[in-house]
Amino acid sequence: MSLLTVKNLSVRIQDKLIVEDVSFDLSERERLSILGPNGAGKTVLLKALLSLLPSTGEIRWAPQARIGYVPQKIDAEIHLPLTFNDLFQAKCSTLRVSIHDASGVAESVGLTKEILATPVGHLSGGQFQRGLIGFALIGEPNVLLLDEPTASVDEPGEEHIYELIHRLQDERNLASIMVSHDLSFVFRYATTVLCLNRQRVCFGSPRDALSHDVLEKLYGESVGFYDHDHHVSVPHPVQS
Amino acid sequence: MTTPEIYSLVLVVLTALAAGLIGSFALMKRMSLAGDVVSHIALPGLGLALLFKMNPLVGAAIALFCGTILIWHLQKSATMTTDVAIGVIFTAALAIGIVLTPSEDLIEALFGGFQSLTPLWFAIGLLAVGVIVAFVWMFRHQLILSLFSPELAAATGVKVSRLNLYFLLVFSLTVLLGLRFLGAMLVGALIIIPAAIGRQLTHTLTAFLVASSAASVLSVLLGFTISRFYPHFTIAHVTLNLTLGPAIIAMATILFLLSLLRKKI
Repeated sequence: MSLLTVKNLSVRIQDKLIVEDVSFDLSERERLSILGPNGAGKTVLLKALLSLLPSTGEIRWAPQARIGYVPQKIDAEIHLPLTFNDLFQAKCSTLRVSIHDASGVAESVGLTKEILATPVGHLSGGQFQRGLIGFALIGEPNVLLLDEPTASVDEPGEEHIYELIHRLQDERNLASIMVSHDLSFVFRYATTVLCLNRQRVCFGSPRDALSHDVLEKLYGESVGFYDHDHHVSVPHPVQS
Repeated sequence: MTTPEIYSLVLVVLTALAAGLIGSFALMKRMSLAGDVVSHIALPGLGLALLFKMNPLVGAAIALFCGTILIWHLQKSATMTTDVAIGVIFTAALAIGIVLTPSEDLIEALFGGFQSLTPLWFAIGLLAVGVIVAFVWMFRHQLILSLFSPELAAATGVKVSRLNLYFLLVFSLTVLLGLRFLGAMLVGALIIIPAAIGRQLTHTLTAFLVASSAASVLSVLLGFTISRFYPHFTIAHVTLNLTLGPAIIAMATILFLLSLLRKKI
């Protein structure tokens, strides 16, 4: 059953067309990755889906869709006396859900009481990102929108964050739309990929959609990749 | 003390409490100088009201309301010129206010004073404090989310732009309450110095709000006591003119300096 239907979506920012005529669907438990180079409109597309930016075309969320959002980067002011305890409580109160939701969520993303009580500006990149994922899970969403969730995490930490997201999707039967620059992640975890370069360049299962031609069209010929036992990966992460 | 003076004292203490709360959020929102901007915008209204023999606070309230809406629009537009526009409005308002205000009222308009209050103005003042405290209590969670990330707050369902307008209106109401006692030049300091003290001493939100409010109330009580009992304090042949507004801000500044020496709670 379709959770989201997007038809002919276009987004303009200050008269510049950032996303043009993009259409796709998202089903329950589907894991959609959005791939594309810098400035392709990936983050803008995600924000349009959240109604954070004005757009034209159609964005139709199913009535049963409950959305959790993990933004790309938050420049948390180091001097803010806010902790994830405060933020979880604030979200529970705003959504009018029980604060008990928050303690369950904290446990499932591996946030200890000490981390929850530490001001956000003092947390490591990985702890902060776990906090943001936990924040997104409050209110029991059935679809997660994640914008490069490992952007502020060091390389060893990236794998843990990806594994955490994957596990949570399994445990909670979550659909997801994730902007990612990591092709190996897309091949391992995504069920569908949407290639974006202002317009839709490809859409389908990663193995069918991500041909050499498509990747060259997205990133240019300089991108190195190779086929190996039907797995495609890149020797160096492709920054989007 | 007479009953109208007691009204005045109670209201100035409650105003300090409100200023501590609002100042804490203003500091976290990086609006530290907004108190000065807003209070200076009140000055032309105050001057016009005095010229036309109206209650000066009514004139100030109208000017503050218009100024608040203007600042909100500038904030929403989020252009590179916002700071410049606010800077121009702030200095222009100060200049126009000084030109308009009759000279015999100018010192009080700029630096405030301790005046007796009628029961009606006392009741209006209490109501205003009630509105400010109720706003902070009711909207604290939404304010916290929008402080952390306006985008995440919006994705959670918070109407961020409307919340900013409410905050600015309540902020201006706090300025209006303090205007009578501290004047247009000093009321901004009552909003921001106690919050800076609270921030120095604490690292959790609740402790921060409590410490800011306590520092604000303490500054007012100390300032009131000094201006009441030692209005012309002489030290080393220099006589200090300790009227209420400057005395309160001097005490707040001393507390801030002391707070620099303390460890965080």
